[in-house]
Amino acid sequence: MAPSELIQNTLRHRRRSDVSGRVFYGLLIAAVTIAFLLVLVVMSDVVRGSLDLLGERAWGFLTSPSSSDQGKAGVVQGVRGTLVISVIVALTFPIGIGAAVYLEEYAEDNWLTRLIQVAVRNLAGVPSIVYGLLGLAVFVQSLRGLTGGSSIIAGGLTLAVLVLPIVVITSAEAIRAVPAAYRDGAYGLGATQWETIRTQVLPAAMPGILTGTVLSIARAAGEAAPLLVVGAAPYYTTGNNDFLEQLRGAFTALPMNIATFARLPAETWRGHAAFASLVLLVLVFMINLVAIVGRARIARRLGR
Amino acid sequence: MTDLPTRPTIPANTGVPANTAERTPSQPSSEVFRTSNLSVSYGGVRAIADVSIDIRDREITAFIGPSGCGKSTVLRCFNRMNDLIPTATVDGSVWYHGVDLYDPQVDPVAVRRRIGMVFQKPNPFPKSIYDNVAYGPRVGGMKADLDEVVESSLIRAGLWDEVKDRLQESATGMSGGQQQRLCIARAIAVNPDVLLMDEPCSALDPIATGRIEELMKEIQNDYTIVIVTHNMQQAARVSDRTAFFTAELDEGTGQRRGRLVEYADTVTIFSDPEDDRTEAYVTGRFG
Repeated sequence: MAPSELIQNTLRHRRRSDVSGRVFYGLLIAAVTIAFLLVLVVMSDVVRGSLDLLGERAWGFLTSPSSSDQGKAGVVQGVRGTLVISVIVALTFPIGIGAAVYLEEYAEDNWLTRLIQVAVRNLAGVPSIVYGLLGLAVFVQSLRGLTGGSSIIAGGLTLAVLVLPIVVITSAEAIRAVPAAYRDGAYGLGATQWETIRTQVLPAAMPGILTGTVLSIARAAGEAAPLLVVGAAPYYTTGNNDFLEQLRGAFTALPMNIATFARLPAETWRGHAAFASLVLLVLVFMINLVAIVGRARIARRLGR
Repeated sequence: MTDLPTRPTIPANTGVPANTAERTPSQPSSEVFRTSNLSVSYGGVRAIADVSIDIRDREITAFIGPSGCGKSTVLRCFNRMNDLIPTATVDGSVWYHGVDLYDPQVDPVAVRRRIGMVFQKPNPFPKSIYDNVAYGPRVGGMKADLDEVVESSLIRAGLWDEVKDRLQESATGMSGGQQQRLCIARAIAVNPDVLLMDEPCSALDPIATGRIEELMKEIQNDYTIVIVTHNMQQAARVSDRTAFFTAELDEGTGQRRGRLVEYADTVTIFSDPEDDRTEAYVTGRFG
């Protein structure tokens, strides 16, 4: 056999069938398929459930408050509540991002810092109902003067505290992932620590921070349990209250609407629950979309 | 040293070119840096011990030696980049134009504005070419015409003709050699007195390396340059003086620590070194 022939044969001969590799690949495909199918089932279930109502009075459902009358009940108060909660949660993001910057860039690596980091990680895993109790004690009762009791401010702040650890953790991860070369370059040119953070670290970490913050808004928008504890109403009557009074008055949110509709005994209310779920999903998708566009825009500006 | 000068502080950057005062032709070869018994430890482990060396004005000084001998560590003392490593401790002193750089009154930010640095791996910021060069002047609050500073810096770095039509494009799309010259332009833009180069060509091909070396020759009349290099031929080609470092096993602790072995004219180091270890290294018998 000529040497070149030998080499050719060696290269063409499959050494042995890579069984475990193939099995692993198959498992990965199965995992992706299952995850995708589950989402598909949930989505189709929600859409199918809302079809009747969608055809009948989609606009009316979106624009009327909740009611005990099936023909009139809608989710406008829930949508408004969820949007206001999202804004309140978003307003607290600087606290979470600031904490992450402090922990990553300023804090000395000592036992206290490590204790805080561990505590934050654990807080991210605390069940949401516990945050509800915290909100009840702090925002509804202790800070009644500020929040007006069981109000959307109290509910929004409770959810903000709930997602704060997630914001801190994801922001800290994003900051830690910024290449040291950017920091070195900036310091080497005589930038101060704050200039380095402002002009290099934060811009480079922004896509990751944005992802974390949007995930936490979605999380906050979907929570019902803490709002129940804080005292969200199934629906309420506004009267002629001005904006500020409404912020400090009775409130509800989309997850509350869904829970209320779903608990009503008559089978005919199922469509209302499904449609309200659909509205919540679309709302969360829209928030995600804003983040994806923003992220892409920053990434393009960073030239990556 | 018993007659240490009193410790003047480096004035905060005022936007005035940093190097006008020192650049008098009457003292062409005065010393820029002098270290005495400089030692650096990382987390209590000594990386380099007892370095006493003086770096002359407007010369190219090369630091050579095997990996782990502490040459980059010494370089990073000259602009206090070691401050950024929380576990690093510096003993001994580094004098820069008679100022003790590690005096508590000295602001490391002001130090780094006068003593620029080019890193081993080209590290352009993920911004446009223009914004990279303008970064230093901007954070320094320079009010001068930025366009002019950017253009003259890029011209000095021999990059202007290649990039003048795409100043707003991202710097990360350039070749490695271009990126490194951009980093040099960026360092020059703040008008420093000294350029520290930490193996600036180790990630570049021979042609890009040659361009960097030409560039160093072109700008050496305006800047004091200290270059760390693994490439002995590079040290021989570009430098006026060469310092040879090596790592020795410390009998007491069993750890390797860097030492300065020999420091002399480059010609002497490469043709007639005093120390056998230097000779072994430059002739390729060791390291």
